Amino acid sequence: MNKHITPALSRRAFVIGTAAAGAGLAVGLDIPFGGPTVVRAADGSPEVNVWVVIRPDDTVVIRIARSEMGQGTLTGLAQLVAEELECDWSKVTTEYPTPGQSVARKRAWGDFSTGGSRGIRTSQDYVRKGGATARMMLVQAAANEWKVPISECTAANSTITHTPSGKTTTYGKVVEAAARLSPPADADVKLKDPKDWKIAGKSVLRLDTADKTTGKMIYGIDVKLPGMLNAALKECPVFGGKLKSYDEAKVMGMKGVKKVVRVNDSTVAVVADTWWHAKTALDALPIVWDEGENAKVSSESIAKWLAEGLDNSQPAFIGNQNGDAKAAIAGAAKKLEAVYNYPYQNHAAMEPLNATALYTPDKCEVWTGTQNGEAAFAAVMETSGLPADKCEVHKLILGGGFGRRGMTDYVRQAVSIAKQMPGTPIKLLWSREDDMQHGTYHPVTQCKLTGAFDKDNNLTALHVRISGQSILFTVRPAALVNGMDTAAFQGLAPTGDWAIGYSFPNLLVEHSMRNPHVPPGFWRGVNVNQNAIYLECFIDELAHSVGQDPVEFRRKLMSKHPKHLAVLNAVAEKVGWDKPPPKGVYRGICQHMGYGSYVAGAAEISVTDSNKIKVHRIIASTDPGHVVNPAQIERQIAGSFVYGLSALFYGNCTVKDGRIEQSNFDTYNSMRIAEMPKVESVIVPSGGFWGGVGEPTICVAAPAVLNAYFAATGKRIRSVPLKDQDISFA
Amino acid sequence: MANLTINGKSINVDVEDDTPLLWAIRENVGLTGTKYGCGIAQCGACTIHIDGIAMRSCGISVSEAVGKQITTIEGLATSDGALHKVQQAWIKNDVPQCGYCQTGMIMAVAALLKEKPKPTDKDIDETITNICRCGTFQQVREAIHAAANA
Repeated sequence: MNKHITPALSRRAFVIGTAAAGAGLAVGLDIPFGGPTVVRAADGSPEVNVWVVIRPDDTVVIRIARSEMGQGTLTGLAQLVAEELECDWSKVTTEYPTPGQSVARKRAWGDFSTGGSRGIRTSQDYVRKGGATARMMLVQAAANEWKVPISECTAANSTITHTPSGKTTTYGKVVEAAARLSPPADADVKLKDPKDWKIAGKSVLRLDTADKTTGKMIYGIDVKLPGMLNAALKECPVFGGKLKSYDEAKVMGMKGVKKVVRVNDSTVAVVADTWWHAKTALDALPIVWDEGENAKVSSESIAKWLAEGLDNSQPAFIGNQNGDAKAAIAGAAKKLEAVYNYPYQNHAAMEPLNATALYTPDKCEVWTGTQNGEAAFAAVMETSGLPADKCEVHKLILGGGFGRRGMTDYVRQAVSIAKQMPGTPIKLLWSREDDMQHGTYHPVTQCKLTGAFDKDNNLTALHVRISGQSILFTVRPAALVNGMDTAAFQGLAPTGDWAIGYSFPNLLVEHSMRNPHVPPGFWRGVNVNQNAIYLECFIDELAHSVGQDPVEFRRKLMSKHPKHLAVLNAVAEKVGWDKPPPKGVYRGICQHMGYGSYVAGAAEISVTDSNKIKVHRIIASTDPGHVVNPAQIERQIAGSFVYGLSALFYGNCTVKDGRIEQSNFDTYNSMRIAEMPKVESVIVPSGGFWGGVGEPTICVAAPAVLNAYFAATGKRIRSVPLKDQDISFA
Repeated sequence: MANLTINGKSINVDVEDDTPLLWAIRENVGLTGTKYGCGIAQCGACTIHIDGIAMRSCGISVSEAVGKQITTIEGLATSDGALHKVQQAWIKNDVPQCGYCQTGMIMAVAALLKEKPKPTDKDIDETITNICRCGTFQQVREAIHAAANA
């Protein structure tokens, strides 16, 4: 996987990318006649390899290709490189390579996409090798200078020591020579055993905090370029509808307005000196939409269509199957059936979507927060019509992503506007209302679950029938397998990163795919959110229906799933499941798997007036295989409960006349600090694999609370959100 | 044209009187630490101090702010650059995740500590109503107590 420097560029010094704002870096290539090649960072410091630049003052610049959106990946990846590099952590800083530079250097930094909790787990091997390779080259350079065998030299804390003589030097002093060496063969690069880690595996502080407390951090929304104008836009409120006409004469005289632009078939924008002027004029702009057939669609019509898919006579894709669940259910001594549903939900990242674009016939550059630099780059190429060597994307820190910023609609819109105003930088900013009503929503599904028991109350079969929307059908159709969306079965799959944690004598899990016109997208946790509610609340129902303890009932089904069982047991132990809770407090528990990590959760709640929930305590356990930064994992767990419980209590984007009804945080609420339970994390890495962290635990938030609510009230809630069941935080 | 006093400096801003203070601060004055999150005073990302009181700048017009002392996150540190104890506690407790809401959160907390130097959890629950979608509340609460005891 490790890609070494590939200086396939022309024999002259040059600079790619001028980062007028933000975190882009410029790269120069210095090829002296007759000598070896050295690639240089913007300030002239040499690259040891693509991951590591060292300045003469010993500052270590670690390149991070994945995006930082709060999840801590930037710090975690730097820890992994620094660990192998044996550098002084206090001298580490980071920078983003740009997608354009990566393309020019044959994808030297690999995949940029930052979603699916992949940031660390799918790049840890090659970034660690990058750090190790750089260390070996630095030590070799010192050994060469001292004319001693490399085997007599060691490196620690950015210092190289020749052990027999006691001579020392620093990385900054040998980096010029190291950068001229050929990298060692891949086979000679040995990575440390994680048990020997000194920087990785530790709760070091994040590298990106200080500027976030002073207002100095530049997000996409803060980008300023000379001569820049600002754009506000309106998209047809009905998904799939078109822009028919608009009367720009009505607003061209308004203060600051420069131009009204048709962005695409469904969108119009006003460009002005300030965004506030653009927005004010946009609100005054007469627009005629062709809303089309979708204007007849409502939440009710969607729910009716999905309910039809729960009928076994309708076609469905099979995602997991053993035995003959239908026959076992038909012949069962006792059956239990329940129908659950899950609504559309918006990401609502705190920073509204934005992108700044500068187009000239020779170059198109974009400054934006994106979860996928390469997808944004491709969007710039496609929309500008310019080739790769004339496009660039400068990535900025994201004010939240949660999956929404993996999409490129806002990048395309910015480029489309800029293309109509060549030479003028255009900052496009969505309003919160645009963000709420033009999301790529957590998909809508329903689920019918049927369980069968024999006469001795042994569970003999489970049938899970999901009906509803596929994300991949719309977002990534090439990923469908003979039409089937395998991601629909996250947490319910037979094996792998999404494996179900139970063995049933007979099992059938199927998906009747129905795709309404509302655009779906990946939303923190994606399909484990609803699948964990469906499975884990229904397992709870099954346990109670035969008078069994929910933990004991699960354990009997989990003997072949030791890692799932271990996190369940960890949570049960921490919450004190074998002892009664305090008076008036009730418990719920659950477990699931997602993104290669095993997770379990327990909630302690009290309920007043039968509908006001106080969440006293949350226990969450995860086995992500390896742990790079325990403090950051704790924060991801606690944060995922805020996101997950916000979704459970408040999250519903309803459809009326083909459009989303909710428009801002007053109608699409989010948890506040007063509602935040105490979250206790139990991190139990078992080694041997790399699981994700940012998303997996979110899926146990809702079922833990819903199961506790049943314990408290005897009422089973099968529909999200709770506000629509007249249930609120106490 | 309005004359505003921001972080101790008198600044003339060429905007209409009804322009939300948030946008005047961000676009006309150029201080971008104050964030736009909702525009309807729900989320608190745009929290600033007006005469020492935490206010959501998206819901205040420029004309309402004339003659008042406006403090933004950029003016929270002392003039010699020493960070406010809330900022220090935020760094020490590693509070921010994406960080976008944190400048508003810090401004709200700084105002709370001015009024109640040792706030209880109940004080925090009643006063700090900013939205954080990353879900940093657990660290926010710890850091408030840390700042109060600093």
